Amino acid sequence: MQPLDWTGSLAFLNPVTMAAALALLAALLVQTVLSALAPDTPATAPTRVVAETPRALALADLAVRLLFVTLVILVLVYPMVGALLPPEQGGIIGALTRRFLPVWIALGITFALSVRYKRRLGLYGKLFDSTIGMIGFGLVMFWVFTAIFSDLIITQDVLEQVSRMKNKAPGTALPDGSGWYLLGGDHLGRDVFSRMVAGSRIVILIAPFATIFAFMVGITLGLPAGYYGGRLDSILSFLANLILAFPVILLFYLLVTPEIVQTGMPQYLAVVLFLFPIIFLLTMVNSRFRVNPPRRNLLVAVIVVLGGYVYLSLISEPDSAIAILPSAVDAISMPGNILIVFVSVVFVNAPTVFRIVRGIVMDIKTRDYVAAAQTRGERPWYIMIWEILPNARGPLIVDFCLRIGYTTILLGTLGFFGLGLSPESPDWGSTINAGRKLMTIAQHPAIVPALALMSLVLGLNLLADGLREESLRD
Amino acid sequence: MLTFLVRRTFVMLLTALCLTFVVFVLTNLPPNLEKLAKTEAGSRISDAEVESWLERNGFARPMLLRYGEWMGVVPGWRNEQDGKVTGRCIQPGQDPATAPRFCGVLQGYWGFSTFFKAPVGEKIAYHLGLTGILMFWVMVVMVPMALLIGVLAGMREGSRLDRTLSTFSIASTATPEYVSGVLLIAVFASSMFGLKWFKGTATGAMNDVTFENFALPVLTIALYGTGYIARMTRASMAEVMTSQYIRTARLKGLSFRTIVLRHALRNALIAPFTVIMLQFPWLLNGVVIVETLFSYKGFGWTLVQAAGNNDIQLLLGCSVVAVMVVLATQLISDIGYVLLNPRIRIS
Repeated sequence: MQPLDWTGSLAFLNPVTMAAALALLAALLVQTVLSALAPDTPATAPTRVVAETPRALALADLAVRLLFVTLVILVLVYPMVGALLPPEQGGIIGALTRRFLPVWIALGITFALSVRYKRRLGLYGKLFDSTIGMIGFGLVMFWVFTAIFSDLIITQDVLEQVSRMKNKAPGTALPDGSGWYLLGGDHLGRDVFSRMVAGSRIVILIAPFATIFAFMVGITLGLPAGYYGGRLDSILSFLANLILAFPVILLFYLLVTPEIVQTGMPQYLAVVLFLFPIIFLLTMVNSRFRVNPPRRNLLVAVIVVLGGYVYLSLISEPDSAIAILPSAVDAISMPGNILIVFVSVVFVNAPTVFRIVRGIVMDIKTRDYVAAAQTRGERPWYIMIWEILPNARGPLIVDFCLRIGYTTILLGTLGFFGLGLSPESPDWGSTINAGRKLMTIAQHPAIVPALALMSLVLGLNLLADGLREESLRD
Repeated sequence: MLTFLVRRTFVMLLTALCLTFVVFVLTNLPPNLEKLAKTEAGSRISDAEVESWLERNGFARPMLLRYGEWMGVVPGWRNEQDGKVTGRCIQPGQDPATAPRFCGVLQGYWGFSTFFKAPVGEKIAYHLGLTGILMFWVMVVMVPMALLIGVLAGMREGSRLDRTLSTFSIASTATPEYVSGVLLIAVFASSMFGLKWFKGTATGAMNDVTFENFALPVLTIALYGTGYIARMTRASMAEVMTSQYIRTARLKGLSFRTIVLRHALRNALIAPFTVIMLQFPWLLNGVVIVETLFSYKGFGWTLVQAAGNNDIQLLLGCSVVAVMVVLATQLISDIGYVLLNPRIRIS
């Protein structure tokens, strides 16, 4: 079979696209310089002065807009037309677009439904009023759907090594003619594209859950620290600062080593950290339904049984330091190295969340509605969870998005140093680490996961930015 | 002010004490010691031999006591075997009678690195110096760039310039060092586009810093930090620009340039100062990644080697230095904030 090139039979468009891109760059530069030199029209002035836009600037604006639209159309033509052409003519871009078909369909449905019903969806719906937020949401959902459908998307087995495909360029055909390595082969002859897609599953699974756990720990400790203040606050803040004073990498090197796994310490840490979500849910239910004992008892029982079961099966692992549940009942099996990665990421994030929650609570507790609740005779935990926390949700949601991105970066860092996850694992950090060692021979094994990680984190940051803007507008 | 300083310093020392103890415990766990015994005395020794090796080399004593020894507040261990006295404070070939009783960090003795076969203090000082050069250039590139971007974006909030620059800073905070480093090497130092402008390694920079071998590592660290500082500067600048005295200056008819340079800039730069100081712990992360990526044998590289080779004394030394750097910058940023901001008075 013929090797594929990037654009296939659409290659005749390349010069046009290049020219449009260069022209757009030039126009953007001109526009930025002109707008910086333009007479000042302060947005903050009491009465908005409608100043004349200089002719040159208006022209540059028009050029940027036209060129941008042209470029977008051109860039969209490659994947769309490429996907419809037969594989040999569609090029790599066309083939990739076809592989991602389930993701495009899912993305389309999500966006169509969300835009249609955006007025009824609260803060989530408002996201679709901001372009930045929508781009961010699109990028994030792209990777979420990629993770969900990864079994449908991958073209080769993640661990299969074809020795003749070592370090081969993107689009190289397999020797047996069964297909192509769309984004090339890595140093062991594995398919870079399939590994990148499979790696998204690891990130999308670990990063949000680790962030949720970090938030549970941070909120459960931050609420009382901010609300009561005093000695409790001093002790907790001191502990948080203790953890924060460690450079993250040093902490990882101290925590995520085979020696530490041997001592069973990650499991002991997990015993403590995984308890917090249950504590949080119990206090939440208890403070709300304290006056309605039958209902409260029912809910508490449900949480204790369900949460307890999940908790036990998370922390216990046969043949390790903690093996409470027999393996037959152990529903969630977390291998030691995944557990330690998870625990250490939670451990690193929790103190920062604690500080944020504590700060917000200290601010909100001086508000009138808190005083009203206190006068009404509400219990402290009711005030903290049902009065203060809902009013702190704006900044917390924004920070949640940013923190998932940061957690993704941390996971990549762990992989980059070969800590925790096995070197065979297709996660992005490990693949970047494996690829960087051969940068002079083949660049794509490192670049593909690097771009994937960057786009996910960028999406999360843009999403957070959009959310911040929209929640400020309330 | 003095009580504030004293209290802050006291808390800092307490934190340092706790942290060094935590690090000491984590690096001296039984599996670590067992591995050390096996690398030092041969990998095929039996469990009993491991025990006796640890016994002979003073590792079998209680953790707290050994921490005291390491700090230099408890006399170092001594062992007499076959008429030969060995001990923590007795160098090979030294007469036991002349050796000091205490030897620890407080006396300036950091231990002996098993990986480099050299005193830890010397090794750390040398590699820290190399990292110092890297950090200096990072600061020279990063701080002016970040402040400029932040001020330009914040002086007209919501303008087109602001949107362009803000997007740039968001993108730069979304690109961790191991991503931007790999991309920069691919574009500027490999055969991919044929632009071999720079070198993909910075090993040569240890002896002789040139633009060619140092530009990529410096840029890689600076890029990630720039976005964050720029966003903080932008927020602070935007806040200052909406304040009353800026409006007064506007109504007085001052030109925009004078308002920004004379009135707004000074107040807008207080918050970024703290942020820049607090960036040091983050830069330390970047340094470790970049030094590994570009094989520049500085402090971060030493830390990775120490951790990877179970070099307990060296890892302890590196950890103490890293933690002290973080704590010192926190203290400086606190003091600086008080000094710079006349609105904060500490009684």
